[in-house]
Amino acid sequence: MRLALLSDIHANLQALDACMLHARAQRAQRFAFLGDLVGYGADPVAVVQRIMLLTEEGAMVVKGNHDAMALHPPAEVKTVGDSTAKWTHEQLQSSQLEWLEQLPLTLQCENVLMVHASADQPERWRYVYDQRAAAASLDAAVADFDVRYVFGGHVHMQTLYYRGSGDGLMPFTPQPGVAVPVPRHRQWLGTIGSVGQPRDGKPLAMYALLDTERSQLTFHRVAYDHHAAASAIRRAGLPAHFADRLESGR
Amino acid sequence: MKLLEPGALLDGFAIDECIHSGGMAHIYRVHYANGQPNPGFDMAMKVPRMTAGDGAENIVSFEVECQIIQALHGSHVPRFVAAGDLQNVPYLVMEYIQGETLDHWIEAETRPGIDEMARLGAAMARAAHALHLQNTVHLDLKPANVLFRADGSAVLLDFGLSCHAHYPDLLAEQLRKAVGSPTWIAPEQVVGVRGDPRSDIFAIGVMLYELCTGELPFGSPQTEGGLRQRLWMDPVPPRKIQPDIPAWLQEVVLRCLEPEAAQRYASAALLAFDLTHPTQVLITERGLNTRGTKFRTHFKRWLKAAGMHYQPSPVPSQQVEEVPIIMVAVPHKDVTDATLYSLRQAVARSLGTRPGARLACVTVISSSLTSTSDDEKSETSVHRRYLTDLRQWAQPLDHPGHQTSYHVLESGDVAQALLSYARGNDVSMIVMGAATHGLKTQRFVATVPIKVAMDAPCTIILVKQALPFEQLGEPVDAKRNGPDYSDSDSDEASLFGDDLGPLG
Repeated sequence: MRLALLSDIHANLQALDACMLHARAQRAQRFAFLGDLVGYGADPVAVVQRIMLLTEEGAMVVKGNHDAMALHPPAEVKTVGDSTAKWTHEQLQSSQLEWLEQLPLTLQCENVLMVHASADQPERWRYVYDQRAAAASLDAAVADFDVRYVFGGHVHMQTLYYRGSGDGLMPFTPQPGVAVPVPRHRQWLGTIGSVGQPRDGKPLAMYALLDTERSQLTFHRVAYDHHAAASAIRRAGLPAHFADRLESGR
Repeated sequence: MKLLEPGALLDGFAIDECIHSGGMAHIYRVHYANGQPNPGFDMAMKVPRMTAGDGAENIVSFEVECQIIQALHGSHVPRFVAAGDLQNVPYLVMEYIQGETLDHWIEAETRPGIDEMARLGAAMARAAHALHLQNTVHLDLKPANVLFRADGSAVLLDFGLSCHAHYPDLLAEQLRKAVGSPTWIAPEQVVGVRGDPRSDIFAIGVMLYELCTGELPFGSPQTEGGLRQRLWMDPVPPRKIQPDIPAWLQEVVLRCLEPEAAQRYASAALLAFDLTHPTQVLITERGLNTRGTKFRTHFKRWLKAAGMHYQPSPVPSQQVEEVPIIMVAVPHKDVTDATLYSLRQAVARSLGTRPGARLACVTVISSSLTSTSDDEKSETSVHRRYLTDLRQWAQPLDHPGHQTSYHVLESGDVAQALLSYARGNDVSMIVMGAATHGLKTQRFVATVPIKVAMDAPCTIILVKQALPFEQLGEPVDAKRNGPDYSDSDSDEASLFGDDLGPLG
């Protein structure tokens, strides 16, 4: 199976479409969305609609913290993320809110576990930004679900954690487009990056493709019309900051 | 796994004889069991000795080799055929290559001649460079892992300790440990650095040292302290052991063996370049010294080495590309000052941002210019004249950071001579005039620049002549109407007219 893993779409329709097109060209057979479908971006309705349709052909979806926030917007705006939650909530149709509400926090498919943040208490939305956090997530996943692979988003970075000849986990920064061997006899944790909110200075969408037969994982970066996505944010009257950061990839 | 008998079958392959029985693996000749013909070359199968009870490192390094060999291509590595599932039937089938390993020369009764050593060294360096350009560092180069084909080129074997920058390094761990063979391991590998192409240059240096002297520069240490010795110690100068070793060769060998990677050749291509151009080697105290390094120097370095620790290394191909070999083709006849000036400007720009770059100034003369009977036209005196011209041309480019060398090639076919020089020396960039050679005939055949551009193994810059403003005064204008310039004007016109035909 060739499984496309997409996370942190953040209501960026242009980036989602570009990644879907790219993944289909790579002969992806199944899609998994690892949360944060909405928040920040200008097209929550269209993005949720697209992904709801994809579930009919077998796409898997887990809930992210921004999805949870859009369902129950905080009464008081404390962070920049909070500021779009209320707007997003107002945009979404009630059927879409119901659908978001019932999304699980984790999903297992064969020996792959999918989670938005960390498999170690997923509801706490812990950031997997280093070996320690990655080890906590991987250990929890292996103990509870008997899997070899854990994939998540949330940190908007593409990193692959693996066990080498030592005991500790090692971080590895993948080269986009290079198929990395991820043999089943080892344990792997990948943070697959963000489709709609790249933050490494490159306005390129991120996703990953797992080939379970060949045991290969390829991280991809995809060019998309980030000017159109930014214009949509400005037109929607959302804070200009969210538009600017899409254009600079920050 | 126990030894397989000839005739045994493994995953569709039929075992022929066992050709190597090492501590880690058996290697067999194999053929397809279903009668399918070989894939255009003979095949060998490597089967690790491990069973469930064997050491983990053995298994990991076999896994590393299987991954990396599939990612490599080119004539300096065996071609990959198939790999078995590591959990069930671990094996690796690859191209079987006929040849002798470097052991053949090291264990020979008589030492190879200087030319032979340089040839072997250059072949190893070229093979290593081909690997580095593919983002891989071998990290376990030793005589048993370098095989020489009949044509003299080298093939690198056994990638069990190698490191590919685009793959997770399974042999790296947080407690950085030395991974490698104690005799050939580079100082930075001792402190756990994996992925610096200059580690392979160090290993080639150890092999060259042994070829030169019959001795090992650092012995075969068994302890951590013994291994760390190479972090600060210079080996005994080869000329102290074998006085017939020329200073240039000692310079090259000891430069490979510098404790600090930054003091070694910055790329294996630069090492190959020196080994194939002995007269161009810049000989320093390192090459002349026949007494050894002073205690004081060693003591100071020992103190510094005590604090040496792991640092991540940059991506190999990137590191190697930062120290390109730039070749400039300088015409020696039918050439205008403007062309020579523009060429020099283009070279200066190309060298500008790359402090480690090396410049090779090349001119091609017709073989008929030299003669064995006429003293005036003897090869040396003719070459000397053109070399002087080249030096004068390059003089304004003089810069302490760049090493420059000068080469006169003799050939009837200018384009082929330039191309084979570029290929043979792993040149990264060719700079040449857009239209300078073969003025008379170019209306009828493709010009030299076009021929070179079409077949160049690397980037090529075709320079169009342009004079600086201050030189666009009277004399030049007057000259422009002269016969020299009318010639080069027609040259330009035809280059962008008739001659573009073959490029389509």
